Amino acid sequence: MITTLLYSLTGLILFAMGLFTLIIHSHPLRKILAVNVMATGIFLILVATAYIPLGQGEVDPVPHAMVLTGIVVSVSVTALALIMACRVQETSNLAILKGKKKVKNTQETET
Amino acid sequence: MTYSILTLFDIILVLTLLWLGWQLLSSEDIFKAVILFISFGLLMALAWVRMRAPDVALAEAALGAGLTGPLFLSALRRMNRTRKGERRLDSDENREGDEGKSSEQSQAL
Amino acid sequence: MLFLFLVFCLTVALGTILCSSSGSISGLASAVARLQEQSGVESPVTAVLLNFRGYDTLLEVMVLLLAVISVWSLTKAPVSRQKAEISPVQMGVVRLLAPVMCLVAAYLVWQGSHLAGGAFQGGAILGAAGVLLLVSELDWIRTVPAFAIRIGLILGPVVFTGTALGCLFYSGELLAYPEGMAGWLILLIETACALSIGLTLALLFGGGRPEDDVPEGDIP
Repeated sequence: MITTLLYSLTGLILFAMGLFTLIIHSHPLRKILAVNVMATGIFLILVATAYIPLGQGEVDPVPHAMVLTGIVVSVSVTALALIMACRVQETSNLAILKGKKKVKNTQETET
Repeated sequence: MTYSILTLFDIILVLTLLWLGWQLLSSEDIFKAVILFISFGLLMALAWVRMRAPDVALAEAALGAGLTGPLFLSALRRMNRTRKGERRLDSDENREGDEGKSSEQSQAL
Repeated sequence: MLFLFLVFCLTVALGTILCSSSGSISGLASAVARLQEQSGVESPVTAVLLNFRGYDTLLEVMVLLLAVISVWSLTKAPVSRQKAEISPVQMGVVRLLAPVMCLVAAYLVWQGSHLAGGAFQGGAILGAAGVLLLVSELDWIRTVPAFAIRIGLILGPVVFTGTALGCLFYSGELLAYPEGMAGWLILLIETACALSIGLTLALLFGGGRPEDDVPEGDIP
């Protein structure tokens, strides 16, 4: 019970951190990393709610199957998003893609 | 609620996951963030084993560390190579690197 | 910092929902355990993945194929004109590890019917082996015929869809396996899908369509 709660809250905090980073940062690779962390948080919530301690029964396998599907789909979406980001970089030559950490609505800062 | 030694393990794992997640999202160097993401994936595999989900742990260890990490590194290299939009995405005349790297080397000399 | 405040409010709201509903979570474990013998496999996760919710897995394999098609339509795979200097340590490790990884992948696919494993785990290990081979730039990688690559890519989806349609003609519903054949059909589907998934993941790492003999017009 406490394990479920602990890991669910961890997943939630990971989701929130990923969401915040997704909104704030402007480098595409950082955004894709943030989306992956959000997905990991959601999977943790799913599997944590299916957890039953050892000896009290079998775990619920349906969320495990959903998370397995989700991991594979998120890998393929990440690959496609990375290729799209490279393509945007090639064709648009935007200055924000130079790898400097830039926060929106503020001055561009050197790292 | 029954506490056991596993609860202590859970707390340590959860705190490490959260700290690692924050470090990888807020680090200034993207290369460092990708490497931290690979280790984050491996720690998540540990968490899946703790959650009695060995199938998910196998998939996460193989995909999170073995595939998503190299995908990010390959994309990072391609983006740094075509930084100024002069070189095409799919050609690579000069393996030794970017103009930035060679200018750093010339400044160091 | 409005974003920070909004994200914090969202987190608190979702957290209260999680805490309040965590006492009354019921699962499908008993339902799965009741129907386990009819599913043809002994592992509950594989039974759910390929029998009870086989539709999701069928569409997921299609999503992988779609991702490769999209990546291929965007760009060509990067080809380097200079040959990289691969250290002998790496070459030795690749020659040692790649066959072992293929063996482990095959074992994981077989093990999926009674323990943890299955098509996706085996396919992921095969994909990692493909990544290792691509990074080491072996000579024979570029000479794999395009026809073989395409056949390997569609093998998994075609076998899965063919089995689903066969079940449709046999018993009137998609993916309703005939009695007694469920285990063997699942093994067939998992083998084909593992090969396809491994090739798909390795091609996603390759990052674009390979060089072909067919001239392409204005496609970048």
